[in-house]
Amino acid sequence: MFLETEAGGGLFALAPWVIFLPVLGLLVNLAFGRRLGERFTGIVASSAIGLAFGVALTQFFALQGHPEGATVPLVDWITIGSLSVGWSLKVDTLSTTMMLMVSGVSTLIHIYAVGYMHEDVRHNDDPGRFTRFFVYFNLFVASMMVLVTGDSFLTLFVGWEGVGLCSYLLIGFWYEKGKDGIGNALAGKKAFITNRVGDFGFLIAMFLTFGAFGSLQFDEVFARAEEIGPAMGGVVTAITLFLLVGATGKSAQLPLYVWLPDAMAGPTPVSALIHAATMVTAGIYMIARTHVLFALAPASANLVAWVGGLTALFAATIAVGQYDIKKVLAYSTISQLGFMVAAVGLGAYVAGMFHLLTHAFFKALLFLSAGSVILGIEGGHHRQGHHAAHAAHGEPFDPQDMRNMGGLRERMPTTFLVYLVGALALAGIPPLAGFFSKDEILADASRVNPAIYALLTAAAFLTAFYMGRQLLMVFFGPARTEAAAKAPENPPIITFPLIALAVLAALGGLLNLPAGLPAAHGLTLWLEHTLGEVHPGEFVTLVALVSTGLALVGLAAAWLTYGRGSPALGQPDPLKRVLGPIFVALENKYWVDELYGILVVRPYTALSRFLAEVVEWRWWHDGFHDAVLARGFRGVTRWLAWGFDLPVIDGAANRLATWTQQAAGLLRRVQTGYVRNYALSVLIGLVLFLSYILFA
Amino acid sequence: MNVPNDYLLALSAVLFALGIVGVLVRRNAIVVFMSIELMLNAANLALISFARESQDLIGQVFVFFIIAVAAAEVAVGLALIVAIFKTKHSIDIDQVSGLRG
Repeated sequence: MFLETEAGGGLFALAPWVIFLPVLGLLVNLAFGRRLGERFTGIVASSAIGLAFGVALTQFFALQGHPEGATVPLVDWITIGSLSVGWSLKVDTLSTTMMLMVSGVSTLIHIYAVGYMHEDVRHNDDPGRFTRFFVYFNLFVASMMVLVTGDSFLTLFVGWEGVGLCSYLLIGFWYEKGKDGIGNALAGKKAFITNRVGDFGFLIAMFLTFGAFGSLQFDEVFARAEEIGPAMGGVVTAITLFLLVGATGKSAQLPLYVWLPDAMAGPTPVSALIHAATMVTAGIYMIARTHVLFALAPASANLVAWVGGLTALFAATIAVGQYDIKKVLAYSTISQLGFMVAAVGLGAYVAGMFHLLTHAFFKALLFLSAGSVILGIEGGHHRQGHHAAHAAHGEPFDPQDMRNMGGLRERMPTTFLVYLVGALALAGIPPLAGFFSKDEILADASRVNPAIYALLTAAAFLTAFYMGRQLLMVFFGPARTEAAAKAPENPPIITFPLIALAVLAALGGLLNLPAGLPAAHGLTLWLEHTLGEVHPGEFVTLVALVSTGLALVGLAAAWLTYGRGSPALGQPDPLKRVLGPIFVALENKYWVDELYGILVVRPYTALSRFLAEVVEWRWWHDGFHDAVLARGFRGVTRWLAWGFDLPVIDGAANRLATWTQQAAGLLRRVQTGYVRNYALSVLIGLVLFLSYILFA
Repeated sequence: MNVPNDYLLALSAVLFALGIVGVLVRRNAIVVFMSIELMLNAANLALISFARESQDLIGQVFVFFIIAVAAAEVAVGLALIVAIFKTKHSIDIDQVSGLRG
């Protein structure tokens, strides 16, 4: 179970480099990036992540011979009493899967970002930002690696917080933009605070874990949980419930999902990397990592599944009513994360991880393609020149609004093709990656919990519908604005990663083919070494037929609704005629933000204002501090000054001086200056002295 | 001639008393000085008479030294009186009371 690093032929010892390389990249860029320019920064950042991918590959090969993995100790971190936390890296099949996925997808997104952020620099006229972006990006990858390689709750939590910080920094990357010039900064803040709520749950789960099992080390906790856990079911249930709170924060599940759509304020590569492919999967990874605990708490696992299922459907419905190209993808991400959470809640850890991987491929692809579309529309808007730009209404042109697009199929053929691959993969059309992974989840759900199966199937149908809607609005029909009509295709540095990801999105299903096909259950057998005996996902033909059929129906419904023409800005959505007020609710995201505003934000603001103005200022500051402390202190010092210092201390010194003076005044009289007086004194003294000697 | 020692001592005492009175009552610096010499020599006389009584020469030798020191003292004392006279134009020692407190 617990192996020295030598076991893997020494290759396991390389594992820390998966963290060090991104850190190295960010340090180099921090020190020299601004001076050496964009090209240098881009090469350093991308190659740091590329090399980290290479390191992850070495771990993969090392695990081929030693699939039970290894623990690579790095440093002793904290030792207090019985709590001893070392920073060790846990290299096993689960963490290596994450390492490969994170570093691989990151590498492609880094390359893409070099091109994407170049455009951004031109628009913002601030070359320092380019470097800053890649420093944050490398820091994110490093934190993510800490997260996935951590061998204890605490190291995982360090990475967990690190990625949260990077998410905050990158959402607010264009901090001066957004609504009222502060919208993006507020979005970053919202993400951070909402995540803190989840982190709070995670922290409590850690405290409970340490209290119950006396350790934070995964191996020790799981070993002890299996021993004594069944006897203390309540604690394990509490731990897993609080872990679920943490997961809902990081993985954007009900009810803490609200930050993710706002997180789209960040640059598109950020949305692709952090808010679609990697960071948001941390919650699923964490649940898979702690599967031993969830297995001991069936109630919590059940709740996890329900949260996932409900989120999947809930977010999918909202995605239908969105116009922002990235917002649709954001809600789609929430929905797909719901699929994964439902899967791990149902005990189908492999299916969840499988969907995590394929989702990383096609959602990164979709986001990056959306970024490519946005760049194209911006480019077209620029080409269109000033005369038309100013002719528009007072509102600024929104290059992300799908109502401003249309007909991009001919203008941006490469982007269209890769987008099509990503969208069909997401919709679950065979044989693309999404079909296999989603189907495995659905098959497991149909076996274990039909209600959740129904939720997920409905979500899958909506997924196909909103992706069809998006495809039609963006790429088909006539161009609805000048900008869309003049949009240029992007250079290869942007399209190359798209093509690479499209290949992955198309072929990702090969990782875990269902039984009966060659090389079936690859991922299942691989993850079995870490997750223990897992039931290989059965291929249920009926489920596959239903989901594929529903996906096709969804796409067809989208074609029927939007095929004849998509709405331009200001026109009503055709779906509105069908759904009526329901569509208004979808458009407004069920007013969840407003509801939270009334239920949480406003009372909280009122409470903090009350605390600040009444309790802190009026009572604590004016009342306690000013009246009691300050006045009391002044009273005491005044008494000390006038009542004690002057009469007692000064008085004593002064009286001593006066007495000395008086005594000296008396003694002065003796000193007459007449020699004869002195002689007489001498004589008297002599007489007295002699008489004492003679007669005494 | 054999004068009893008691007489010598009595003479010494009388001379010493005269010297004291002279120092205490006279204001003329010269006279005060002379009175001091008188006291000194009264002491010499007492020493000699004790030396004679105890048949010991050391007392007489001691007196020689005292006379030598007294000679030096006279030189210093007279020099002081001359200095006082130069500044005060008087040898009244009551004029010299600069150390009065």
